[in-house]
Order: sequence, then structure tokens, then C-alpha cells
Amino acid sequence: MASYRTLRDIDWALLLLSLFLCGLGVLQIYSATQGTKWHNAWWKQVVWVLLGLLLMWLISSIDYHTLLGQVPLLYAGILILLLLTFVVGTKVFGARRWIALPGGVLLQVSEFAKIVIVLMVARFLTELKTDALHWRDLLKLIGLVGLPMSLVMKQPDLGTSLTYLPILATGIFLAGLRWQYALILGIVVAVLIPSSWFLLKDYQKSRIETFLDPSRDPKGEGYQVIQSKIAIGNGGMWGKGVTQGTQTRLQFLPVPHTDFIFSAFAEEHGFVGVVVVLGLYFLLLMQIVQNAQTSPDRAGMYICMGICSLLLFHLLVNVGMVVGRMPVTGIPLPFMSSGGSGMLSVFMMLGLVHNVRLRRFVN
Amino acid sequence: MAPHLHDPTQHEKLDPAVLRDDTTFAAGRIAFFQYVIVAVFLFILAGFWNLQVQENEIYTEAADRNRIKSTPMLAARGKILDREGRVIVDNHSSFSVILSRENLKEEHLPAIAAGLNLDVEDLAGRLRRWKSVPKYRAIVVKEELTPAEISFVESHNDPDTFPELELAHVQHRMYPKDNLLAHVIGYVGEVTENELDQPEFAKYNQGDVIGKAGIERQYNDVLMGTDGERQSVVDSKGNERELIGYKDAIPGRSLQLTIDLDLQIVAEMTLEGRKGAVVALDVRTGEVLAMVSRPAYDANKFAGRIRRKDWDEIVLNPDKPMFNRAIQSNFSPGSTFKPLVALAGLESGVIDDQTTFQCNGGIPFYGRYFRCHARSGHGRVNLQRAMAQSCDVFFYSAANLMGIDKIYEYGEQLGLGRETGIDLPFEGKGLLPSSQWKARTLRQKWMGGDTVNVGIGQGYVNVTPIQLAVMIGGIANGGMWSRPHLVTDPNKRELHKLQVNPANVGSVVYGMYSVVNLGGTGGVARLPGIEVCGKTGTAQLYGYDVRAKGATVAKDLRDNAWFVGFAPRTNPEIVVAALFENGEHGNLAGPMVRDVMKIYFDKKARNVSRVPTLALAPLGQKGFAVN
Repeated sequence: MASYRTLRDIDWALLLLSLFLCGLGVLQIYSATQGTKWHNAWWKQVVWVLLGLLLMWLISSIDYHTLLGQVPLLYAGILILLLLTFVVGTKVFGARRWIALPGGVLLQVSEFAKIVIVLMVARFLTELKTDALHWRDLLKLIGLVGLPMSLVMKQPDLGTSLTYLPILATGIFLAGLRWQYALILGIVVAVLIPSSWFLLKDYQKSRIETFLDPSRDPKGEGYQVIQSKIAIGNGGMWGKGVTQGTQTRLQFLPVPHTDFIFSAFAEEHGFVGVVVVLGLYFLLLMQIVQNAQTSPDRAGMYICMGICSLLLFHLLVNVGMVVGRMPVTGIPLPFMSSGGSGMLSVFMMLGLVHNVRLRRFVN
Repeated sequence: MAPHLHDPTQHEKLDPAVLRDDTTFAAGRIAFFQYVIVAVFLFILAGFWNLQVQENEIYTEAADRNRIKSTPMLAARGKILDREGRVIVDNHSSFSVILSRENLKEEHLPAIAAGLNLDVEDLAGRLRRWKSVPKYRAIVVKEELTPAEISFVESHNDPDTFPELELAHVQHRMYPKDNLLAHVIGYVGEVTENELDQPEFAKYNQGDVIGKAGIERQYNDVLMGTDGERQSVVDSKGNERELIGYKDAIPGRSLQLTIDLDLQIVAEMTLEGRKGAVVALDVRTGEVLAMVSRPAYDANKFAGRIRRKDWDEIVLNPDKPMFNRAIQSNFSPGSTFKPLVALAGLESGVIDDQTTFQCNGGIPFYGRYFRCHARSGHGRVNLQRAMAQSCDVFFYSAANLMGIDKIYEYGEQLGLGRETGIDLPFEGKGLLPSSQWKARTLRQKWMGGDTVNVGIGQGYVNVTPIQLAVMIGGIANGGMWSRPHLVTDPNKRELHKLQVNPANVGSVVYGMYSVVNLGGTGGVARLPGIEVCGKTGTAQLYGYDVRAKGATVAKDLRDNAWFVGFAPRTNPEIVVAALFENGEHGNLAGPMVRDVMKIYFDKKARNVSRVPTLALAPLGQKGFAVN
């Protein structure tokens, strides 16, 4: 199987784009954390990127059809791990999201669940081999995604659990949804969203309220958004220069190396820098879409599109948050935010995309 | 698209049937998805465009506010000295409390107000007024802290638990006791919002302490220093990271007045418990030697932030203590106007020093009977006797002969009817009527009777005490007078010259000499060894007619007493005008003028022996300054 894989067949554009973004992320982490207790986060990030590349290579070398065949096993495994976090999970900031591995590494299971969900949705929809979903299948699929999602929500980690939705939504959209179903689904969602308000935890409610009016609580939830907007606005057209962002350096900006890394970047590199980096992300997403289009089969397409929609969602929610157009959710920015699990999972996803690409000329 | 060729054998784990499907069925949906990606990027990019390009300035300022803390270093105002270098207004060290508003929490206001003995409402109002000023600029909330308040501030300047209160060492304005020179000096206060809207105040900033009245206002630019500033970068915890700017405060310059404290103190004492004004000028230069207005106010109450109660007390007082009567009050000059009428009469040739008029206690003009203050009459009087006895009939007649416009011509050249140009704000103009004036403002023809009234300083004519001093001084000095001033500025030496015959001046001066020394109405002003000349005046607030009916006149409607005198008779040096409101008769104002002149000539006599030492004293050494 591996015989026809050559270096030439790797999606070089995708790889270079992702590495370039990782490099910018490392620089930004370095710039933002100088003189703070996270000052060595940048080289840890380098290690994660290298590990991520290794995982990407591993994943791309196992035929994705083989992986799809193991979906039930993977699905069961991830459910067990998610349940396990409730038992042995490490509590940080009041949420149990991490399982401690030997060596002091914390793994965020919900990040890896994304990959399983991508595979699971791809297999489910491929096996239906239909151009229009039956509503029984629709509910079944919603249930399959909903189960791990609700577990993650329980941790509680609303942000990460929401990232599973675009995979589901894109899958359904591509598989073909009858407009009657779309209508019913729309109505159900419209009813569910307001009523889900009562299911939200207090801090989640306050985040949404603060999003609607950041000045409501300028020292608390709103503080982060206000400071982030100040940082971005302060950057202006050309930026303040590397390590010159006052918002970042004087610690007005919260967590400038993780969730708010993009506002730190925007302060130091300005609108021009933002356009360049968003352009890189745009090319990266388009490259993944292109891989979906050239996929040899539906399964590959579903995988690529699921991953693409997931990354798009990350970008929309994270960057939208730092720029004050989305509520505060703890969703990191792929490739740039400091953090191991996210980095590994995103490279594993790229591994899947490469995987699909490498097998596009199958005979 | 790349060709899709499927090999079922490679996918044994899946149903081969599935794999026959290619992906073309979803091509349109994938294209749609691409549009979604574009839309998402545009949505995000619009956010950055908005923050970084459109509203960049707002956020840059917000970032500066975040990080730059600026603490004001207040400049001391310049001292105000008298002509001999004695300190009139000084500063004294005190502590003010400054509040950094960045960390301010609304709920802390009551505690701050309580600790500093402030009214919560006042404090909140103050913060509201400062809303437009960037938050990183700290503001002064109270001055002149008591030891208890100082310790309150010291025990509450922990940035973590309490908004930042800080002590600032300032030089606080200290005005003389007993309201001395209150109107001349004026007072300082914080620039108000209304003032800031006016162009002349544009150079000031919110919170600046500026002169509001008197010399403090007139010479604010000299006296006011430039505040310094200490700018430092702070992090989100309020910790100082680095000092980025340090501008020393530049103290204001000292200002020397022409006021002689000795004369001033005497002048103040003569008015003690009275309502009125005294102005003493150096005839030769226009220097103001003394200027008093009573009642006065305590400028120290304005020096800090005046309390509502004190303000109301001053402003609502019916005697208007804020009003500088010496330059602002407009009253009929009464008989003190007669020297001008005499000079105008002599110059225009309608009378000479031998002309006589018959006084029978009054005289009819234009079908009206004009009374003289002496009911029994003065008999036949010439100019000298008419001046000495202040005979009204003589001046009725002289005025009638020359007409109003001659009086206007000379009065105008001696500074009446307009500001004298003294270097104090809000000077009054008085009123010097002419036929044109009446036609213009009252739309009435000037009547002969009007002239007759003006002849004795009644009717339409109004003067301020400073105008009266300038006019009499100008006559005494042979028609020459300088703009009166409190601060000598060689660039603003305005010399006015009125071409008059010295003989005529001599006649008028002789008349005024007679008033004091030859059995005239002003005998009380006599000084042994000094040839004091002067003129009494009793300015009616009611005509003689009303008085003749024996009506009891309320205290504040009683006649104003005037006296204006100068000395010596030849080469006069000093002119003093005194107004004693509701003082009934001019000879009550006479002693006020006399006492001021006495100290002037006493000092002069003593100083003669000191002159060599004074002259040798090097500049800057105030060896003779007595505080």
C-alpha cells in the first residue's frame, strides 16, 4: 500500500502553510510571554509541532479506509476515555478536561474526540450511499455525535463540545438534506436555543450576556474582550512591532499566548499582518477543500470537509471572539495557540487530509 | 478534477457498493461551502478593519490610558509684593490628595468622602465634571489636608484593595488677614467648565487653578506657573514599570505692585466698618498707592475649593462685598465735579477768576428753581469762595453759560466716561453726558436744565472713585495724567495731556486749597506743614426737594460723602479719592483722605534719611522688607 506514496504526492502547499502558521505562532508565543511565568512556552510549542508532524506522518501512512473500518472501536474507545476523565481527570479552572499522562503531560481527550467524530460521520454517511438523508438516519447520526458532545459539555467544556457541531452539520449538508427536514430542524433548533438558556451554567450565561454588552462587567468577563479590542485597535495599520505591543507586554491582555494569541499578534503586526495571516488560513482551508474535491470517494470527501468545517469553526469562534464579534469561549486558534492536545489533534487531522490526498490516484 | 478510479480490492473493510459512488454529487454543495468560507473571512476581516483602521485612534488612546499614569506636579504661583518688596500674597506648603480614577470603584466613593470630610454628592459631581479628561490623568479632590486626612490617605493607598489615593505636596495660596487688599488682589479658583468654553480660557486645562478676579486674574499669565508632570508606564496591576516622562513644575513669577502697604493699611482702617472706597494715586506716574473697597471678603475662602455656605454668604450679601467700589461703582460725583466745571469755564472764557455770581440760596433757570445747599445763600461769590464754600449757584450759572459740550470736552480729556485703563478686570465706565449722548441713548433733546444739574455733579454724570482721582490729579498736575496702574509696565505708559492755561489751573487749585485751608468745607483734611488741596462732595441719591419735605431717609438712601484731595499744592505728588457711601456729607470723607496723605508725607520725611542705604542695596536683597 505504501509503495505508491512518494514525497511528490504530499500536499506540500498544505504542509508549508500549516508550518508557516505554526512558526508565526511560536514567534508570537515567544513575544507575548517574555518575562512571564510562561516564558518557556515557545519551545514547548516547538516540541508539540514536531510531535504533531510525527503523528501526521503516522496517520497519513495508514489508509483511511482502514481507519474507517475501525470506527466502532475508536468511537467506543473515545467514549470510555471521556467517561474516564470524570473519574481520573485533572481539574483545572473548575473543569475536568484533562487526563494526566506520565511525565506531567496533560491530554485533553475532547480534542482527540474530534478526529473520531470526523471518521465516524464520514463512515456513517458513506455507508448510507444516498443523496438525501432519511430522517431516521439523521436522528441516528445526531445521536452518535450528541453522545460524546454531551459528555464534553458535562466536563464542562461548552466551547470544545460545540466544535463537533460543524462536523455534523457539514456532513448532513453534503449528504443532502431534504428541505422539509431542514425546515423542521431549523424550527427545533430555534426552539431549543432559547430553552437551552436554562440549561447553561451561570458562567456561561454571563459570558453570553457580556458578549452582548462588554461594558456590563469591565473587570470580569467583559474585561478580556475590551482589552483584546484595545490591543487589536492599538495595533493600527502597521502594528507596534514585535515585543512592542503594550497591551500584551504589560499584561492587560489576558492569556496572550493561548486563546487571545491573535489579538497579541494583531497588536504587534497591525492590520497588514492580520490580512497576511488570515490569508494563509484562507489558503489552507481552500487547500483542504481542494483535497475534498479530488478525493477518490465519498469517505475521503467527508473526512476532508469535516476537518475543513471544524477548522473554519475554530477560526470563526476564536478570531471572532478576540475581535469582539463572538462570545468568549475557550476555543484555541489552530496552529497558533499554545497548547499540546490542540496541536496534536490538528496535525492528526492534517494527517487524515494527506491520507486522502495520497490515495487519490488509486487503481 | 482528478480521475476517480476505484479499486474495490483495496477496501475490503467496507461495502464495495458504497465505493462506486463518486463525489460529484456534492460538487455544488462544496462550492457553496467555499462561499461560506469566504463569508466567514470577510466577516472577521471587517472586524479588524473596524478596530485597526477605522477606530485606531480610539483604541490607541485607550491603550495609552491603560498603561500611562500621569501624576501632576503642581506649580506654585508667584508671590505678590508691595512697592517696597514686602510680601502681600504668599504660598504655604500643604498636602492635597489626588485620586487616580483608573482604579476607582463607584462603591468606594462614600468611604473616600467620609475619610476626607467631603460631601459625597460634591465628590461625585467633581468626577462627572472630569469625565471628558483622559482617565489616566489623576485629579485633585481636596486641598489643605488636615493631619487626620493625611493619615487616612496614607493608610488607604493600597492599589489592590482601594482605589489609588495619593498625597501631593503643593504650594497653597495664602492671602493677607483681615481682607487686606482683597479687591485689588482678587483670588484664584479652579477654572470652570463655562470658562473653558470661552476662547480666552482656551489655554487652560480642566483642573487648572487660575486667577478669577483682581491682580490674580489680570496678571494670571505672570503669576501662574506651569504644572509639571510625572508620566510612568504601569502594568495591569498598577505597578510602575518605567518612568517615561518627568517635567518639572515651573513656578510662577513674582509680581511687584505699586501699592504701598503702609498707605494701604491706613486706607483700610479709615473705611473700617463703613461702606465705600479709597483710591490713592501718585499724580506724577499714575501708580496706585492704595486702593480699598469695603465691605470686602476673605480671599482665603476662595483659595481652596470654596464651600457652598461661604459662597452664598458672600454672594447673597446685599452690600455686595465682591464688588470693587474703587473701580466699579458708578455714583454722582456731587461737588467733587466742580473743579472740572471751573476749569472748563475758565478755559472756555465764560468766567475768569474775578467773575462773581449772586447766591440767594438758589437760582431759577428754564422755569425751575435750582437750590443751593446753603438755604440762606452765600451772597456774591467769586470762584475761590464758590469752591471753598461749594456754592451751587456759582456752578449752576457757570455751567449754564458754557453749555454741556464744553464740560464734556474737558471731562472727556481728563478720563471721565470711559475706563481709565487700570490693570484690573471689570472696570466701570461712569457716565459723562453730552448732548449727543442724550440724543443717542435716550432719544431726547438735551435740555438747559440738564446742564445746570451737571454743573454741580448731579444729574446724568456718574464717576467711579478711580476716575475722580484721575481727574482731580490731572487738573492738579496741569492737565497731565497717566493711566493708573498697579503694576508698572514701561511698555504701557499712557500719558494724557490736556492743553490748559497754567494760570487757570492755578485758579482752580487755589480754590481747592481754600476748601481745606481757608475756611472751606474741607477743613478736616488739613495737615500741618502740608499744603493739602481738595474738594468735598455730597452726592444726592435724592434731590434737595425730597429732603426739604423732611422725609426720613433710609440709611442706604442717604447721600454719599466724597472727598478728593491732593498735595502738595505745587508739584503735587499724591491724589486720594474717598467715597463714603451713605456718609451724608463730604467732610466725613475728608479725614479718610487726610490720614492717607499723612502717612505718605510722614514716610517721605523719614525715608529721606534712608535714601542712601536704599539706593546702595544690591538688587534682590530686600534688606528693608518688613514682613
